[in-house]
Amino acid sequence: MYEIRLHSRGGQGGVTAAKLIAQAAFLDGKYATATPLYGAERRGAPVVSFIRIDDKPIRIYSQIRKPDLVIVLDTSIMQTVDVLAGLKADGKVLVNSQHPMELGSHKVYHTDLTGIALSLDLVLAGNPILNTPLLGAVAKAGIISRESAQKAISSVFADDRNTKAAVKAFEDMEP
Amino acid sequence: MLTFSTGNKAVATAVKDAKTVVVAAYPITPQTEVVEETANNVASGALKARYIPVESEHSSMGACIGAAATGVRTFTATSSHGLVYMCEQIHMSAAARLPIVMANANRALGPGWNIGAEHTDSMSMRDSGWLQAYVSTVQEAYDTTLMAFRIAENENVLLPVMINLDGFLLTHITQPMDTIDDLGDYLPPTNTPHAIDINNPGGYGTLTPPTEHFKFRHDIQRGMKDSVAVIEDAQADFAKRFGRTYGMYEEYLCDDADVVIVAAGTLAKESEVAADILRKEGIKAGVLRIRWLRPFPDLTAALKGKDVVVIDRDYSFGLGGILVNEIRTKALEAFIGKDGKANLPFSVIAGLGGQEVTYDDIADFVRNRKSGGELWFGVTE
Amino acid sequence: MAEIPDEEFILKTTSACAGCSASLILRYVTKAAGKDTVLVIPACCTSVIQGVYPNTAVNVPVYNVAFASAAAVASGMSEAFRAVGKKTNVICFAGDGGTVDIGIQALSGALERGTDFLYICYDNEAYSNTGMQRSGATPIGAKTTTTPLGKNEYKKDLDAIVEAHNPVYMATACSAYPVDLYNKVKKALSIPGPKFIHVLSPCPPGWRFPSEKTIELGKLAVTSGMWLLYERENGKLTITGASKAAMKKSTPIEDYLKAQGRFRTATPEDIAMLKENSKRKMARLAHEAEAQAAEAEEA
Repeated sequence: MYEIRLHSRGGQGGVTAAKLIAQAAFLDGKYATATPLYGAERRGAPVVSFIRIDDKPIRIYSQIRKPDLVIVLDTSIMQTVDVLAGLKADGKVLVNSQHPMELGSHKVYHTDLTGIALSLDLVLAGNPILNTPLLGAVAKAGIISRESAQKAISSVFADDRNTKAAVKAFEDMEP
Repeated sequence: MLTFSTGNKAVATAVKDAKTVVVAAYPITPQTEVVEETANNVASGALKARYIPVESEHSSMGACIGAAATGVRTFTATSSHGLVYMCEQIHMSAAARLPIVMANANRALGPGWNIGAEHTDSMSMRDSGWLQAYVSTVQEAYDTTLMAFRIAENENVLLPVMINLDGFLLTHITQPMDTIDDLGDYLPPTNTPHAIDINNPGGYGTLTPPTEHFKFRHDIQRGMKDSVAVIEDAQADFAKRFGRTYGMYEEYLCDDADVVIVAAGTLAKESEVAADILRKEGIKAGVLRIRWLRPFPDLTAALKGKDVVVIDRDYSFGLGGILVNEIRTKALEAFIGKDGKANLPFSVIAGLGGQEVTYDDIADFVRNRKSGGELWFGVTE
Repeated sequence: MAEIPDEEFILKTTSACAGCSASLILRYVTKAAGKDTVLVIPACCTSVIQGVYPNTAVNVPVYNVAFASAAAVASGMSEAFRAVGKKTNVICFAGDGGTVDIGIQALSGALERGTDFLYICYDNEAYSNTGMQRSGATPIGAKTTTTPLGKNEYKKDLDAIVEAHNPVYMATACSAYPVDLYNKVKKALSIPGPKFIHVLSPCPPGWRFPSEKTIELGKLAVTSGMWLLYERENGKLTITGASKAAMKKSTPIEDYLKAQGRFRTATPEDIAMLKENSKRKMARLAHEAEAQAAEAEEA
C-alpha cells in the first residue's frame, strides 16, 4: 500500500487534490481512497488529506501515520506543523516551491504550482488553483500515470487550462 | 458504471437510481452533501422528484410522512441532532407503517459540539420500529440504499429503513463505486396497501383504544420479524442480479477463529486489518460485522465457544455499550460453556466523537481482552 | 348567496361537545372542499371530534399527525399528489395551539416554500382539547386553567405573521357566518399556492357559555369588532360580511365579554386593553383598505 499525506490550507483545493490523485490511481487500475481530515471549514486553516493506493480494496479508515509521500501545498504550514511526522525513512516529499528544499535525507521534489496556476490565470475566488497542476507533479514523481492524471482532471474540470497546468507541472518538475 | 464517489454521494446516487418521487431534507454536517447532491439531481432533471427544502428535521420527516402516506417513494437524510430532533416523527413514521428510507450520518450529540462519528444517535432510536443498517464502504452505502427501498416497501414489512454511515469516516471518504445502470425490476413500483384513497376515505391514526393499540404494536413486531426473510431475499436477489453479496451480518475469518471482534460500520472494516495482524502473531482472530441492528440477527451459532470482543462506538449510560448488551441478550447461550461457566464478551467503548481508533489499537483490545470486562479506550481512571 | 351543497362529509356521529363550533366549521369547510380532499390534523379538538377507531365521522380521508407537524405533513402530501398529477385538496385543520404555538415553525416553512395547500386554523383561543389551558391565542383578561387570574399578555397576531409570508390568499372567518366561511374556502381552493384561513371558534365549555349560544357568541365577536372578517388575495384586502358594518359602528365589547364566564375576572384595565386593541386593528384595516382603494384609483 502506498500512503500519501497532503498538507494544504483551507481554500487551496487540497481536498479536491486528494480526490483527484486517488481517482487517477483508480484509473490506473488500482484501488484508492481519499479522505479529508475534517475540522471547521475555515479559509486559510491548515488542512490534512490522506490518499491510500493499493492493488486490493483498502479497509483502513484511520489516519495515515507513516506516509510514503508527504505533499505540501503551502510551505508556510511547515512553520507550525511538523509535516515530516512519521514519514518513512525512504519516504519522499513534494513541495509547492520555486526553490529546492533540503529536508533531512528525504528526496524532495519541488515545483512552482502557484506560478503555473497564475501563469494560466487559474484563480478561483482570489486563490490560485493548485490541485490540477499538482496532478502533473504527482505523475512526474511516478505515483500515477500521466494519462490517468489528465483523465481525472478532465472528468471534473471542463476548462482545459487545468490539464495544461498539469502538463506544465509535469514538464517543469525535476524527476 | 465504475465511478469514484464519497459515501454521501453514493447515497444520493442510489436515491436517484431508485427514481425516488419525494425527497424532503434539511442539511446538517456531515450529511449535507446528500442534500446538495439531491437538490442538484432534481435541478438538472437527472432525478424527476419533488425536492422539499424543509425548515427543520422535524418537518423533513413530517413531509416524508405526508408524501409516503400517498403511496410514493420517499427519502430523507439526517445526522445526530437532526435525528434526535425528529425523534417524535421517527416513532410516528414507523407506527404509521410508512416505507420511508433515510440515511443517517452517524455523529456525536452535544454538548460540547462535536461533529465526529458516533453511533449513539441512531442507536438511541432502536426501539422505534425502524429497520437499521450500518454500512462500511461507499459501495455498500449505494447498494444498501437501493435495497432499503425494496425492503421497506415490501408488504410484509411496511416499515421505514435507516441506513447509517459513519460521519466523515464514510460520508466523506472517496472510494471506487460501481453503480447499476439498469435496475430492471429489482425495485418494483411502490404499492402501499394503506395509501390514502379519496374513493375509500378513512381515518388514519385516529384515537385508538388499548386493545387495538396493542394489536397494532404487535403487528410492528411481526413486520420486524418478517423483515428478516425480506432482507435476505433482497440481498440474495441483489447478489444474483448485480454480483455483490451481503448478509444480515458479515464474517471475516470467523470459521476457525478463537476470538471474534464484533463491531458495526467502518470500525469493523478496520478490525479486519487487526485480525490479519493478530493472525501473524498466532492469535486466531476473526471479525463479525453487524450490518443490520434492527432486526437484530441471531448470533448464537456464530459466536458459540469463541472469545468475543465487542467494540461500541456508542453507549447507554447506566447500562453499557449498546451493541455488547444487545449481543449478550440475543446470543446469551453462545457465552455459556459446556461446564456451565460463562465466557462473556469483552466490551470496548471506542471512537466516540470521532476518536481516532487504528487497527493497532483494535489488535491491542484483543490482546488485552478480559471476559465480561469493559474498557473505555483512551480513558485512564 | 352561494349554493351550499347538501352532501355532508361530517356525519352525525362526531364526538364533539354540545354546541361545538369547530365541528360546524369543519362541516362547511368539507362542503366547500368536496370529495377530492384530504384533511391533515394535528393534535387538537378534531383529534377527538372525528371519532374513535375503527369508526370515523368524517367522509374524506383524515390523516392525524404530530402536534407540531401539520403544515410539514401537508407539504409532503401536496408535493406527492402533484408529482403524480393529482389535484387533491390538502387541507390542514388545526387548532390555535397547533398553529400559533407549537406548529408555527412548520406553518412558516410551508408558507414560505409556496406549498399548494390550505391551512385552516380554528381558533378557540386556548388548549381546549386538554381542558382549557392558555395558548398564544388566548386574549388578555381571559381566565384559563393556567391563567387562574386572567391572561396578562396580548393575543398573538397570527394574521400579521401569516401576512408577512405573502400567501396567495388569506382570510379570517367565524363559525357564526358559515356562508362567508364557505365562500372563502371555495375561493382559496381555486387558487394554487399557499392559502390560510383563520376562523374564530367559540367554545362553550372553555369560554364558559351555554351550548346553545355558540352562534350568538360568534356574532357578538364580529359585531363588536373583537373579531374582524376580511380576506387578502395576493395582498389585496377586502373587508367582508358583518365586519363592513361593524367597522363603521360596532356593538359594545362588554356585551361580548359579559356573555362568557372566562372574562368574569377581567379587570377594567384588561377590558380597556381589549378595546384599544380592537380599535387599533380596525383602524389599521380601514387605513389599509382606503390606501389600496386610492392606489387602485390612481392606477
